[in-house]
Amino acid sequence: MLLSASEWAIVALSLKVSLVAMAATLPVAYALAWLLARKRFPGILLLDALVHLPLVVPPVVTGWLLLILFGRNGPVGSFLEDHLGIVLVFRWTGAALAAAVMALPLMVRAIRLSIESVDRRLEEAARTLGARPLRAFLTVTLPLSVPGILAGSVLGFARSIGEFGATITFASNIPGETRTLPLAIYTGLQMPGGEEMVTRLALISVGLSIAALVASEWLVRRSGAKLGQGGGHVL
Amino acid sequence: MSSEPIFEIKLTRRVGDRQIDLNAVTDASLTALVGPSGAGKTTTLNCIAGLLKPERGRIVVAGRVLFDSALKINLPPEKRRAGYIFQQGRLFPHMNVAANLAYGEKLHAAEERWITQGEVVEFLGIGHLLDRLPVTLSGGEARRVAIGRALLSAPKFLLMDEPLTSLDAARGEEILRVVERIRDELALPVLYVSHAMGEVERLTDSVIRLEA
Repeated sequence: MLLSASEWAIVALSLKVSLVAMAATLPVAYALAWLLARKRFPGILLLDALVHLPLVVPPVVTGWLLLILFGRNGPVGSFLEDHLGIVLVFRWTGAALAAAVMALPLMVRAIRLSIESVDRRLEEAARTLGARPLRAFLTVTLPLSVPGILAGSVLGFARSIGEFGATITFASNIPGETRTLPLAIYTGLQMPGGEEMVTRLALISVGLSIAALVASEWLVRRSGAKLGQGGGHVL
Repeated sequence: MSSEPIFEIKLTRRVGDRQIDLNAVTDASLTALVGPSGAGKTTTLNCIAGLLKPERGRIVVAGRVLFDSALKINLPPEKRRAGYIFQQGRLFPHMNVAANLAYGEKLHAAEERWITQGEVVEFLGIGHLLDRLPVTLSGGEARRVAIGRALLSAPKFLLMDEPLTSLDAARGEEILRVVERIRDELALPVLYVSHAMGEVERLTDSVIRLEA
């Protein structure tokens, strides 16, 4: 299947936005998953609810909230612009932020399950052998939760590739900057004679999502097999 | 004249709706801790290893104060130098046997260690297992690797929680011989938890009893 140069550029932009979103979210998602899996503190239910918010509210509302917070006049947005010179609205980085926020709950859920399945008694064994808490975490908990990290990353990536509502609300639909695959498909549908491009982009989009899900399942099975555990599903 | 006590274990700790009260001082290098299931044997070991905190008490092993509620001393587990052999091996599933053995060894300076990996492998007869993952080991093999891992972590004493559990008679006998050699050859204080009196009588006459 042949894509035009501009269509390839759309695919490349989508991949860039999704990969950056995933890489930037991963440490945050892991930290949140660890807190939710391992710690009991007042406000944990509120944190849990906040993390899951993008999963349940309409994406356009998430985009609007991002606009309020990260817009040029928003509290976070104006701080970033004044002190770090970073502007997110109407930029590809803004599309990445929207994708990241939408992917976060899925990543946190996958990683959290994985951390909860790590036997805490193994961490205790590491402590009695002379490991401080941080080392016990880095040598036992972290490697044993790798299946969740892999699965969460792939799920987050697939979610980012498909992100539409929050992106178009927060980052707008700017060709070459924020027009990712779903936005380009939407635009194509509005144009007379856009059907062929829509078909090509839709096929690419479906293919990427299926590839991500297959990769996720394969990675989880492979790392599970290595540890002698069952397959383990993330959803 | 009595010699300096090896184990001084005084502790109070609630577990669920039960309370463990222990006040024991022994001067034998191998002391058994016996009692029926649910009497708090493992809880006591966890308190000594620093994995649980007693409400109050004082724990001294071979002259080192590990816990003293009156003096507000409570060493973290990694500073207690306990070689804890857990009831269910607790080998790290993502590391092969060699890496499991080396885990605690790497965390201690050479001058703190008193046995090498080569000596441990020889002592326990586990040389042929080094490349294997824990999931592939039999019960007796895993138990010996767990003992080796503990010995290599430069421990100043051992805590053994029913090391013969779920082993057949022959494997149990092998482990029991290892324990006897630890007692006789390594001169390392051992607190040995069991509910089988036959096993205990063979190993020592220094016994601490926990009542249900």
